Amino acid sequence: MISFRDIKKSFGDKDVLQGFTLDVQDGETMVILGYSGTGKSVALKHIVGLLDPDEGEVEVDGRVVHTLDRKGLRELRSRIGYVFQFAALFDSMSVEENIALGLRRQGLGETEIRGRIRESLTLVDMDGSEERFPAELSGGMRKRIGIARAIALRPKYILYDEPTTGLDPVTTAVIDELMVRTRERLGVTSVVVTHDLKSAYRVGDRIAMLYHGVVRQVDTVERIQRTHDPIVRQFIDGRPEAAGESERMTGDFAL
Amino acid sequence: MYRLLADRLARLLASVGSIGHFLSDTFRGLSEPSVWVGLTVAQMRRIGVNSIPISLLISSFTGIVLALQASYTLSGVVPLYFVGVLVGKSLMLELAPVLTGLALAGRVGANIAAEIGTMRVTEQVDALETLAFDKFSYLVVPRVIAASIMFPIVVALSIIVGIVAGWITSINLLDLSTIEFFKGLRQFYQLKDTWYPLVKSVSFGLIIASIGCMKGLSVAGGAEGVGRGTTEAVVDAFWAVVLL
Repeated sequence: MISFRDIKKSFGDKDVLQGFTLDVQDGETMVILGYSGTGKSVALKHIVGLLDPDEGEVEVDGRVVHTLDRKGLRELRSRIGYVFQFAALFDSMSVEENIALGLRRQGLGETEIRGRIRESLTLVDMDGSEERFPAELSGGMRKRIGIARAIALRPKYILYDEPTTGLDPVTTAVIDELMVRTRERLGVTSVVVTHDLKSAYRVGDRIAMLYHGVVRQVDTVERIQRTHDPIVRQFIDGRPEAAGESERMTGDFAL
Repeated sequence: MYRLLADRLARLLASVGSIGHFLSDTFRGLSEPSVWVGLTVAQMRRIGVNSIPISLLISSFTGIVLALQASYTLSGVVPLYFVGVLVGKSLMLELAPVLTGLALAGRVGANIAAEIGTMRVTEQVDALETLAFDKFSYLVVPRVIAASIMFPIVVALSIIVGIVAGWITSINLLDLSTIEFFKGLRQFYQLKDTWYPLVKSVSFGLIIASIGCMKGLSVAGGAEGVGRGTTEAVVDAFWAVVLL
């Protein structure tokens, strides 16, 4: 289980997270939804210790992330797969080497590594791409390899940072289907950060709406779709003004 | 006025603090040799072997110019075999390590800062960390160790090639024999002439690679940030070589 407890995080004079609290249950896919630049990715990075909170704490399986020592952090990260917004593939390495890097770190033998690479590439429909380099791949292919790199580790958790941003609708649907398939086949707990509503509805069990650094509403997909909260409604309907309020959604924080 | 001074002092202390953090994290990164040993060998080729051509080019021209300049200056004042003294001493004690250091500050410092900076802005450094690697063990330690090992080798080769260039110039363009040239070379030779440039070049390698890594890791803001970080790395590395 992943728990965010009253996380506050600022960058200079910009307060990004201002008391972010959220629980992600084992086995579910939690979508963190919100306007661009509201701190969704910042929240995600706290789970793997890429960022430490100014206040509050993130617990993963009962252990507070920012208090872990090097060994503890390494052990935590080996249980989490992270899919980056632009895949973050190592451009000096082939697809095979990209996937193998994390597996070698886990101390697996070469036969096991070969098997895991084949298996994960099959799962993302990228068989035969082992020898290709990231520069030779399209944006959608890169994201699929990013997912393959994460699932090859057989993690307990997978974190997706804007997995469909910048993709055409068909490729977006393919990536969404891939995330659902990954959860069904591997039974992983997922946290998906996105501002793409269609994608959120397709992959999520629950949706948390992040607004001005706090969770405005968290509920199942069906309930979120029927919400009467003016801010969440405004986001869902894609209107410039919230119904009955002069408040306007803004996103000033980008990381 | 006081506020300005306080701001500058705060920035200075922050810089010292970040250098301290960088050094302690780099030492901590040494604790995982299984990660950095193999990568160090690859970096030795990239940082050292690939730097040899430019270093030898600079040192050979330096040797030629030194021999010619020495003959113009010393003719009629002291015996001409002093050309060998001047070429040898100048190259070994100052010119070879410093000129090679300056050339490599540009080549190696910029290369490291740009590569790591690009990895930073494309989240490849974050990706490394999420794969349970320590970025200092994986990125910094191999480059710093490789530069510290390879710089003395490159400088030693530069000294040899510079002296050979000076000798060839002397016997072809000056009225000097091989025996006289090497007599001058040996005349005032001390053991210090050998270890001093090598020790100096180790410190150059250490500092240039460290600056490149530090600037690369602190890059923020996309392509512009990478450019700024690379420029700062080269300028700081130049200053370090001059001051050392």
